[in-house]
Amino acid sequence: MWPIGELYIAGLCAYSLGIAGGLGAHATRVARPWLPAVLCFLSLTGSLCEFGASVGGLLRTTEPSWSLPSGVPYLSYTVRLDPLAAFFTMALSLLAACVSVYSFGYISHSVARRSPGLFCALLNLLLLALTLVFTASNILFFLIAWELTAVAAYFLVVFDHESAESRSGGLLYFLMSRGGTGMLFAGFLLLASAAGSLEFSALHGIGQQLPPFLGAGAFLFLFFGFGVKAGIIPLHIWLPAAHPVAPSNVSALMSGIVIKAGIYGMARVFFDFYGALPVWAGMLVLVVGVVSALLGVLYALMEHDLKRLLAYHSIENIGIILMGFGSALLFRAFGHPDLAALALIAGLFHTLNHGVFKCLLFLGAGSVLQATHTRNMEKMGGLIRRMPSTALYFLIGAIAISGLPPLNGFVSEWFTYQALLAGFGATPALTRLAFPIAGALLALTAALAAACFVKAFGITFLALPRSEEAGHAKEVSLSMQSGMALLALACVLLGLGATWFLPVFDPITTAAVGVAASKDLVAGNGFLLTAGSVVRGTVSTAVIALALVLLGAAPLLLWVVWGRKSARLTGPTWDCGLPGLTAENEYTATAFSKPLRMIFAAIFRPRREIQAEYEVSPYYPKSIHFESEIEPTFEARIYEPLREAVLSVSTRMRKLQPGSIHLYLAYAFVTLILLLLFGVRG
Amino acid sequence: MTAQAGAVIAQIAVLLFLSPLITGFTRTLKARLQMRRGPGILQPYRDLHKLLQKGMVIPDTASWIFTATPYVLFATTLLAGLLIPTISAQAPLSLFGGVLAVVYLLALGRFFLALGGLDTGSSFGGLGSSREMTISAIAEPALMLAVFTVAIGAGSTNLSTVAQAGLGQSWRFLAPSEMLAFAALFIVLIAETGRIPVDNPATHLELTMIHEAMILEYSGPYLALIEWSAAMKQLVLMTLLVNIFFPFGLSPGWWRPDMLLSLLLFSLKLLLLAAFVVLVETSNAKLRIFRVPELLAVAFVLSAMALISTFLF
Repeated sequence: MWPIGELYIAGLCAYSLGIAGGLGAHATRVARPWLPAVLCFLSLTGSLCEFGASVGGLLRTTEPSWSLPSGVPYLSYTVRLDPLAAFFTMALSLLAACVSVYSFGYISHSVARRSPGLFCALLNLLLLALTLVFTASNILFFLIAWELTAVAAYFLVVFDHESAESRSGGLLYFLMSRGGTGMLFAGFLLLASAAGSLEFSALHGIGQQLPPFLGAGAFLFLFFGFGVKAGIIPLHIWLPAAHPVAPSNVSALMSGIVIKAGIYGMARVFFDFYGALPVWAGMLVLVVGVVSALLGVLYALMEHDLKRLLAYHSIENIGIILMGFGSALLFRAFGHPDLAALALIAGLFHTLNHGVFKCLLFLGAGSVLQATHTRNMEKMGGLIRRMPSTALYFLIGAIAISGLPPLNGFVSEWFTYQALLAGFGATPALTRLAFPIAGALLALTAALAAACFVKAFGITFLALPRSEEAGHAKEVSLSMQSGMALLALACVLLGLGATWFLPVFDPITTAAVGVAASKDLVAGNGFLLTAGSVVRGTVSTAVIALALVLLGAAPLLLWVVWGRKSARLTGPTWDCGLPGLTAENEYTATAFSKPLRMIFAAIFRPRREIQAEYEVSPYYPKSIHFESEIEPTFEARIYEPLREAVLSVSTRMRKLQPGSIHLYLAYAFVTLILLLLFGVRG
Repeated sequence: MTAQAGAVIAQIAVLLFLSPLITGFTRTLKARLQMRRGPGILQPYRDLHKLLQKGMVIPDTASWIFTATPYVLFATTLLAGLLIPTISAQAPLSLFGGVLAVVYLLALGRFFLALGGLDTGSSFGGLGSSREMTISAIAEPALMLAVFTVAIGAGSTNLSTVAQAGLGQSWRFLAPSEMLAFAALFIVLIAETGRIPVDNPATHLELTMIHEAMILEYSGPYLALIEWSAAMKQLVLMTLLVNIFFPFGLSPGWWRPDMLLSLLLFSLKLLLLAAFVVLVETSNAKLRIFRVPELLAVAFVLSAMALISTFLF
């Protein structure tokens, strides 16, 4: 018997101990060198316990559920580890464990060392609150946990509070998060009014019982409310502002799993609270997914701040996840539960995969940042020689996020493609055209992501160092390397062992669309992934990996056949006859993405400025000043006008608040009268 | 099992030994069309033989990525070749990956090649990498949409299933959707294999070069591997075109008496397609790099039309 409940409680206790210990140490100003290690150990213990509990929850057929009354009306501390909750808790615990391992070495070198107690307390609080978000089964309890997550994340983002960038990024995150929660309140209230209860168990399938108009309203509120957290375009602007400025282990958690709370909420709403959604809803999710994926990767390409680049890729991957969810909704609407299960698995698998490789990449970026003290890729280069392990792990993450075989990103993108392909035959009329077009744009997105990671890895790690810091970079500590190594291993295992992992999704798809799909998606003694049946298409990442190793060794045979041991010299790179190759000759990140900046100029609206100073002839400039930037379209065209509108309205509203107590009493009186009248009428 | 292993070895042999021939044929034919004699069809074999014997110079700025790239490129291209039907409609490893795996394996090879270009630190390497990744990215939607059209028609992404479905209906290529998809894929073939009007395969000296710029620092056996992989990639993509759209005469299995005819017809179809590529190459000037997206947009529109026509006709 698996002690699910005990493990779950033990995990929460470990996190709570971490919070209490950290706060205690911070309040009493106790600074011991071993303090962060102990607190990280507590978060590691907590995440391992939660991992055990969630795996148990996934394996068990009954849903473990516990409830504590609170004494407050409507609020009950109900916790339920149903398959969906268990899956997200598992993803969270996996990433949290790796980040905890990384943090052992990271804290003493980062901004967190200023007050490690407080930092670890907040980190534990974030993990605790997020665990509760995924497992809470009462609307109020869920929203409390939701807000707790937002608060913990806010304080972690602004932990480097001396930097103005951190403060403004954190503030933007906090404000948009509030807006999202407002929408969630509206959506949940509509659902709860129909159910007459705030328990999630009472909300199952409640969406259809609302009148169509209110049902659609609740759907939109919840989709966009959760969308703010997930970072869908156009609600994404906080994400590239807040994620990069946080300490890197926090960025890894934020991009890896905190934004997935939005995805969890959507999955909960789409497949639990709504038993059926109209076609337009699925189409909306699909279109938002495609737009987020494509614009996300295009903006990522223009970045040369390594962490901002990664943050934009989170938007891209949220888009890919939503393509899976949107297709699943469309399939369900048209009565194809088996295809809906395939599409849902594609989305959920990509949720986990993106968590793993994005966490890995952010930790890699954190290591680079620690070694070079800059996030600007134009000042890096040549790090593969000085930081070989970090480079290897970052490369694995880069291959995985580009969706290249045989790693995990390929598997979930393959399922997404197959779902989109199946959509053409399974849906009527014009809806069917949306699927292949979405597939083509997914192909564009994936290829652009590959281009972006050639840039990210190539400029950061290869060739000559572009600055003195990069030239003197040192490999990071063993604990940081281990954190990354674990995640890199997860990328490989989830890719090669995908067939053995798929049964995890069975209870989720059974609950959501009534089909356990894994046995249809696996064939050939567990070596083949199929798209529902062998005829439709198969792939085997394990065999591809094996064949690549064997064929990669084939050239060694050639060397044997041709016999002669050819001389292998080392020489300088050809420098066009100039005296010596320097870092200035190298291609920069800006130059690398220049062709795409020109091709997609309609989206980027680039602006550039060149000033050359010369004495005799313009062909011999003394100095050149080059400046290039792209228009931040959403910020400038949507949010800036919005901000101005809000400010002007509030300036006018100030007239209502002149500071006179008599006027305020009159307000209260009028309000009271109006309420009484309203009460009499009702 | 032994028949399967034999098929794998036979197909590897076809890929390895036919690919330089196609390259040699295109070069010679091009030379003839330009009123030159050309070096002869067998020249690529002689080049490979010579390069494999030579010593090599590794740039001192390069890391292990530079060394690993030729191996990865070779392995991915060869494996992609084993997933597509060549002289038999049954590709030896087709069960282990369909057309999506082919596209993504080639992408994996390109990913490393582009990294290898950046690894040397020379501006040419970066220039080539940047352009290669750009052009392949904007070729991707057209490629995928055309592939989708074919896969939807056959009900499978598995290329052997697609080819076998086509075997019964030899005149299928006259259907509008097939013709449009073929035209789209042909443009993608030109872009992906770096032929004029997208890239000029015969130059090391222009600032417009793409593929050659990436591999400028490679020499000796590594260069041989890369050249060989490039030839194989060209063969893989051309095979994809001829065997998906014109599968007639293809032997449905392995080790059957009609294999010989199948091999003959296959080579003939390839040579015809190669001749067509050469014709396009000789009669066009190279495009400015920022005009290439327009060409690929044409390919995208063609494949979108192909898709729409599958349910109009």
